[in-house]
Amino acid sequence: MKALVLQLFKSLTDSVRDLLPIIGVIAFFQLLVLGQPIPNLLELLWGILLVVLGLTLFVQGLKLGLFPIGETMAWDFAAKGSVVWLLMFAFALGFGTTVAEPALIAVAEEAAEVAAMGGMILDAPDARKDYAEGLRYTVALSVGLAIVVGVLRILRGWPIQYLIISGYIGVVIMTAFAPKEIIGIAYDSGGVTTSTITVPLVTALGVGLASSIEGRNPMIDGFGLIAFASLTPMIFVMGYGILL
Amino acid sequence: MSGYLLSLWSSFLSTIDDVMPIIGILVGFQVLVLRKTIPHLPQVLLGFLLVLLGLAFFLEGLERALFPLGKIMAEQLTAPDFLGLTGDETSMSEHWQAFVWVYLFAFAIGFSTTVAEPSLIAVAIKANQVSAGAIKPWGLRIAVALGVAVGISLGAFRIVTGTPLHYYIITGYVFVLIQTWFAPRTIIALAYDSGGVTTSTVTVPLVAALGLGLSSNIPGRNPLLDGFGLIAFASLFPMMTVMGYAQLSEWSAKRAAKAAERTDQLS
Repeated sequence: MKALVLQLFKSLTDSVRDLLPIIGVIAFFQLLVLGQPIPNLLELLWGILLVVLGLTLFVQGLKLGLFPIGETMAWDFAAKGSVVWLLMFAFALGFGTTVAEPALIAVAEEAAEVAAMGGMILDAPDARKDYAEGLRYTVALSVGLAIVVGVLRILRGWPIQYLIISGYIGVVIMTAFAPKEIIGIAYDSGGVTTSTITVPLVTALGVGLASSIEGRNPMIDGFGLIAFASLTPMIFVMGYGILL
Repeated sequence: MSGYLLSLWSSFLSTIDDVMPIIGILVGFQVLVLRKTIPHLPQVLLGFLLVLLGLAFFLEGLERALFPLGKIMAEQLTAPDFLGLTGDETSMSEHWQAFVWVYLFAFAIGFSTTVAEPSLIAVAIKANQVSAGAIKPWGLRIAVALGVAVGISLGAFRIVTGTPLHYYIITGYVFVLIQTWFAPRTIIALAYDSGGVTTSTVTVPLVAALGLGLSSNIPGRNPLLDGFGLIAFASLFPMMTVMGYAQLSEWSAKRAAKAAERTDQLS
C-alpha cells in the first residue's frame, strides 16, 4: 500500500515537471512580452490541476492496460501463427482508429474548404461534405495499409530505411503532380493521424511481435509502425487531390 | 462549480466515443479470432478506465486553461500592431527579422508542448524498457522536443517569407537519409517513429493557432493555404535530433571507454 502511494506521488510530481515548461512559456510571453495580466486565474488553475491529474492517470493506465494488451495480443497472434489474421488485425487497428480521429475530421473539413476555394470541387455544402468524407476514408485506408506493411516488415525483418526511403521518393513524386493547394494539407495529415491511444497500442504491438519472433530485435524491428502511419497519408492525400 | 463538473463529464463521454472503435476492434479480435483469456484481466480493465479518465481530465484541462490562452497569445504576437509593421506586403517579407518574438514563441511552444505530449511519454517509456535502460526517457523526450521546437520556428519563418513548403521538406528528407547512414542501427526505427508521435493532443491545436495567426495577419498569405505545413515541420526535425542524440551518446560512450582504457594502462 505504501509503495503504491509512493509511486502515485512520484507519478504526480513527474506530471507537474512535464507541465512546468508550458506554464513557464505562457507566463513569460503573457506577462513579459505581451505585458498583459493572466485572465481568469481560477479557471487556469482548475485547468492545470485537471491536466496534471489527467496525465498521471493516463501514464498509470498505460502501464496497467494499453501496453499489456498490445503485447499480449502480439504474442497470441504469433502463437496462433496465422499471418492473414494478424494482417487483418493490423489493418483494422490502423483504419478503425484513424477514421474516427477528431483531429483528422477537422483537417478533412479544412481541406474541403481549400478545395472549394481552389475550384477543384463545387463550392456547395454537399460537395464539400463528400470531399471531406472521401478524404477521411482515404487517410484511414492509408493508415490501415501502413500498419499492414509495417507488420509485414517486422515479420520478414526488412530494414526500415529502404521502405521509408521509397516512401519519401513517393512523396516527392506526388508533390510534383499534386495540385498546389493540397500539398500543405497532405504533408500535415501525416502528423495528425496518430492519436494518443493508437500510439501506445501500436508501439506495444510492434515491440511484442518483434520480441515473440525469433531472430528479431525489438529495438531494431519493433519500432517503426508509427513511421509508416505518418508517411502513407501524405502520398494518399496527394493522390486523392490528383484524382479529384 | 456544477458547470465545471458538467463540462468534465461531457468531456469524459466524448473520450469514450473516440475510444469505442479501438475497444471494439480489440475485443472483436480477442473474442472471435484469438479466443484466449487475457492474463490479469481486471488489472487491464482498470488500466483502460484510467486511460479514459486520464485523457478526459487532460483534454478538459487543456480546453479550459491552456488552449484559450495560447491561442490568444498566438494571435497577439502575430498582430501587425505588436510587430510594429505597416500592413503592406513588401515591408512584411523584407522585415522578417521583426518577427523574432514569433520565432521565439514558436520555439518555446513547440518545445514545451512536446514535453507534455502523452503519446511521446508512452513511446519513451517503451523505448527505455526495450533498450534495457540504454535510452533514457527524459533524454529522448528532450531530443524530440528540441526537434519540434526547431521545426516549428523554421515553419514560422517559412510562413513569414512565403517560400514553398516542399523545398524545405524535401531538403529535410535528404538530410534524414544521409544521417540514417551514419546513425547507430538500433535508433533508426525509433527515430523515424518519433516524427509521427510528437504531434498530437497538446501540440496540434496550439501550433495550428500559430499558423493561422501568422498567415491571416501577413498580407498576401492565405490562411487556408499557408497556415498548413507547421505540423509537417514538427514531424520532420525530431527524426534528425533523435538520431543526433543517439550519435552523441554513442560518441560520448566511446570516449568514456577510451578514457577508461587509458587510465587502466596508466595504473
